[in-house]
Amino acid sequence: MILDTANLHTFVEAFRFIGDNQHFLLSKALEQLELAGAALLISVAIALPAGVVLGHYHRGANVAIGTSIVGRGLPSLVLIATFLTLLGIGFVNNMVALAVLGTGPILTNSFDGIDRVDRDAVEAARGMGMTDSQMLRRVELPLAIPMIFTGIRVAAVTIVATAPIAAVAGGGGLGDIIVNQASYRLAGVLGASLCVMLLSALVFLALAAIQIAVTPAPLRGSRVVGNPRRKETL
Amino acid sequence: MQEHWGDTLGPALVQHIELTLIAVVIGFVLAFPLALLAHRYRVLEQPFGAFSALLYTIPSLALFQFLIPFSGLTTTTVEIALVAYTLVMLFPNFVAGLNGTPSEVLEAARGMGLTQRQVLWRVELPLAVPAIIGGLRIAVVSTVAIATIAALLLPKGLGYPIFLALKEPTPFKTEIYSAGLLAVVLALTCDALLVGLRRVLVPWARKGLA
Repeated sequence: MILDTANLHTFVEAFRFIGDNQHFLLSKALEQLELAGAALLISVAIALPAGVVLGHYHRGANVAIGTSIVGRGLPSLVLIATFLTLLGIGFVNNMVALAVLGTGPILTNSFDGIDRVDRDAVEAARGMGMTDSQMLRRVELPLAIPMIFTGIRVAAVTIVATAPIAAVAGGGGLGDIIVNQASYRLAGVLGASLCVMLLSALVFLALAAIQIAVTPAPLRGSRVVGNPRRKETL
Repeated sequence: MQEHWGDTLGPALVQHIELTLIAVVIGFVLAFPLALLAHRYRVLEQPFGAFSALLYTIPSLALFQFLIPFSGLTTTTVEIALVAYTLVMLFPNFVAGLNGTPSEVLEAARGMGLTQRQVLWRVELPLAVPAIIGGLRIAVVSTVAIATIAALLLPKGLGYPIFLALKEPTPFKTEIYSAGLLAVVLALTCDALLVGLRRVLVPWARKGLA
């Protein structure tokens, strides 16, 4: 590893790097968002229906909770490296590895959200003559939205934050700059790191805003921007 | 795996355990008094909580790089970042545990004439042990995972053989699989040890209260 002398002046150089390379950084950031977005879509498509169905029938708590424990113990680097050996270098292996990372929190929270819906509300819905699918769509899902969305937000932030690591396996994005100190020097590495921080903060805020928008009005009092990990019980 | 044990994997595993242990111990020492403070003065909980949530959104790779100008390419840099992440996971759990005592229990304790300090040490703290251990489980497992990234800065820990293997034109599968497996096994072993600790400390909480 080539080491420039690092001191506080490096920050000045880092900001200069950002100023000089705006278009380059923006295209790298978009590349990273593309990868993260594709991965998030896959994990939502797999984990959300699975969690909702399991929660609706109150089955498989061990599977739903266990996934998140095992998921937390799987280091992102290990996942990325393993899928690299299985699927080759490039977009697909990173997308799959990141999607696996996102599955845990979404599955756990959508299971928990639906599973913990007040039984009285469900009984009342059944008493009103609702079918299973009506109960799910009109009662359980709306009540579970805050929790489900918290899971999606945790997954999204985790995926965006991990995406730079994918650069070691040809994932592209801002990580390309961070892992290539030889070409970009410490100033470039630090500048790209600052952009990554900004990017994940923006994703976090955007999802918090969407969460408020999709939460049914009567449920909005509950804390939306809290610790993203709090709802995820171990 | 056997032939690489002595020269690579063994030392890497020991370094990995060291990195994790130091981070979690320091994180605990910082988070515990902060949680007591937030428990005593409730106004502090929101700002502390928001700050730790903000820390969590910082990607580990970026945070490591961000700290280099301050503390260089050293173990200190890695530990500062790891400690920051443990705080995010420990603090909310500790506070939730301390604040989670049922009000009847608190009333009863006060009715028995316990002072505020006695209530904390004899009632609230023992009842918070499952939540405290729950926080430690999350922190330890996550730190084991994040510490693999530290290898991008330092030739230390289980991430290092993986980064080296990835640099080869055709990545060495053995290194990736064996170091990866060790990291996962280490995380799950630590988790199991903490569950065991909870059984010993709070035998009444068999059914996952944490």
